[in-house]
Amino acid sequence: MNSAIVSLKPEISADDFDAEKIRADFPILKLKIDGKPLVYLDNAASSQMPQQVIDRLVRYQTTQHANINRAVHYLSEVATMEYHNARCKLQQFVNAREDREIIFTSGTTDSINLVMHGYGRKFIKAGDEIILTTLEHHSNIVPWQMLANEKGAKIRVVPINDKGDLEVDEYEKLFNERTKFVGLIHVSNALGTINPIKHMIDFAHQHGIPVLIDGAQAAQHIIIDVQALDCDFYAFSAHKLCGPTGVGILYGKAALLESMQPFKGGGDMIASVTFEETLYNTIPHKFEAGTPPIAAAIGFGAAVDYLAAIGIERIAAYELSLLNYATERLNDIPGVKIIGTAAEKTAVISFTIDGIHPHDIGTILNQDGIAVRTGHHCAQPVMQHFNVPATSRASFAFYNKKTEVDALVAGIKNVQKVFL
Amino acid sequence: MHTNSLYQEVILDHNRKPRNYGKLDHANHQAVGHNPLCGDRLDITLQLENDQITDIAFQGESCAICKASASMMTATVKGKSRLDAETLIHEFRELATGKLDTTHPHHLGRLTVFSGIRDLPTRVKCAILPWHTLHAALNSIASTSTEANHDSAHAISSKS
Repeated sequence: MNSAIVSLKPEISADDFDAEKIRADFPILKLKIDGKPLVYLDNAASSQMPQQVIDRLVRYQTTQHANINRAVHYLSEVATMEYHNARCKLQQFVNAREDREIIFTSGTTDSINLVMHGYGRKFIKAGDEIILTTLEHHSNIVPWQMLANEKGAKIRVVPINDKGDLEVDEYEKLFNERTKFVGLIHVSNALGTINPIKHMIDFAHQHGIPVLIDGAQAAQHIIIDVQALDCDFYAFSAHKLCGPTGVGILYGKAALLESMQPFKGGGDMIASVTFEETLYNTIPHKFEAGTPPIAAAIGFGAAVDYLAAIGIERIAAYELSLLNYATERLNDIPGVKIIGTAAEKTAVISFTIDGIHPHDIGTILNQDGIAVRTGHHCAQPVMQHFNVPATSRASFAFYNKKTEVDALVAGIKNVQKVFL
Repeated sequence: MHTNSLYQEVILDHNRKPRNYGKLDHANHQAVGHNPLCGDRLDITLQLENDQITDIAFQGESCAICKASASMMTATVKGKSRLDAETLIHEFRELATGKLDTTHPHHLGRLTVFSGIRDLPTRVKCAILPWHTLHAALNSIASTSTEANHDSAHAISSKS
């Protein structure tokens, strides 16, 4: 059984979730757009930041900032300690064994590129095969394509069915003696499908193959336990978890990280440097060349504290109630088609409206203050499967409420009226 | 700007009933335009005789703004000289990006219904794509893109 799926069907009821109280934490939600209250339904692209995280950034910048791991002065020691504390918060958040298994990166894309350069370029050779899925975001396709072209390796792709579920049987058939790596998205950004990653990781491990999980769309909705999952790498970004942009993490098993070559060269990632030779630092420092985004990492720590205090299970239960309500309401509108109807989904609804281009939908919804994403969602293979150039996507967070679903429904009806 | 003023009846009408929609069999100039940001694609075929556009058609997958812009563009440039068409292309680009000095005389006429697009930076490319593609067709550039720095798109394949 997938632990990820268990967490979406918790014993906790959505009824005791006080969305209004939570909304008060998010100053941006008070904004008016062209006189209309902001209805922010683009959380899969980036979530908003609560006052608690904003305050933490201000406190760091006001009283704690200096460069880290260097000087002996007071501020440098405080900043170094707070940055380390943030790493420990992330370690706890994903239940990693050790804090050195958490690498701060600039985000999910950077994390995946780190694995491609550090692991892929060292261990993947001509003729080897890398398994990816149709649901991958471009950020978990393009780096591997670059590697495959450089090495003469091959990409194999797990297909999806018309609900947007991975065809797991086909995944299992892709394994052979040439298989060397698996890259797998935990939750589809375009459709919301939650993939059975535990099963897929176990299957890969039966063949001795390491697995990277792109968790950019998962960690804010599903409890991540990297030890229970036994994934080899897990990546996600702060800004989708109510944190700042410009920072994310790569979790990696310590032994794997130690076996890898550095991705970027520079300060802090070295033990010693001469012009003849450089000895690399230990993990995680080996992978954190240059001054890291210190403030953003500390903000990230505050953001996961904020989420953990509310409780990811409670968040998941509430978001599921929003998803079910929104699915029901959108299904009732003639001409609206939901793309992606997997049984296990996060609160993401991709949809099309007959005869109306998603960009026109997005622009007209915007005039009602409703923010949705329109386009291919950096997942063109998914769009190709459903034979649409683009969709509109409403993605919900725990600070959204049912009346905002109603606003979306009214907005869609208005779009249809304009094009009548 | 209120977006309603962009989705005016004239634009909605051209979206519903696009003029010159299709592909010319006898075209001697053609180009394909792409907007990689949204996946939109537009084919323009035209017949140029003695530097005059005697016939023009377009087809493709696009939003209402792009389709209406293409429809009104083809209706406007049909019968015009290449030079007049290039002037219109220049003026339309200036209009859409908010750079057109409307106190000076211009030749856009009803095309000024697109002036509101300047307040929607993410949609400017939708309106410009047909004009960009027309410019490519007139200059025998087979493929163009809203992201091209100049006129031809030189996307580098990951296979290279």
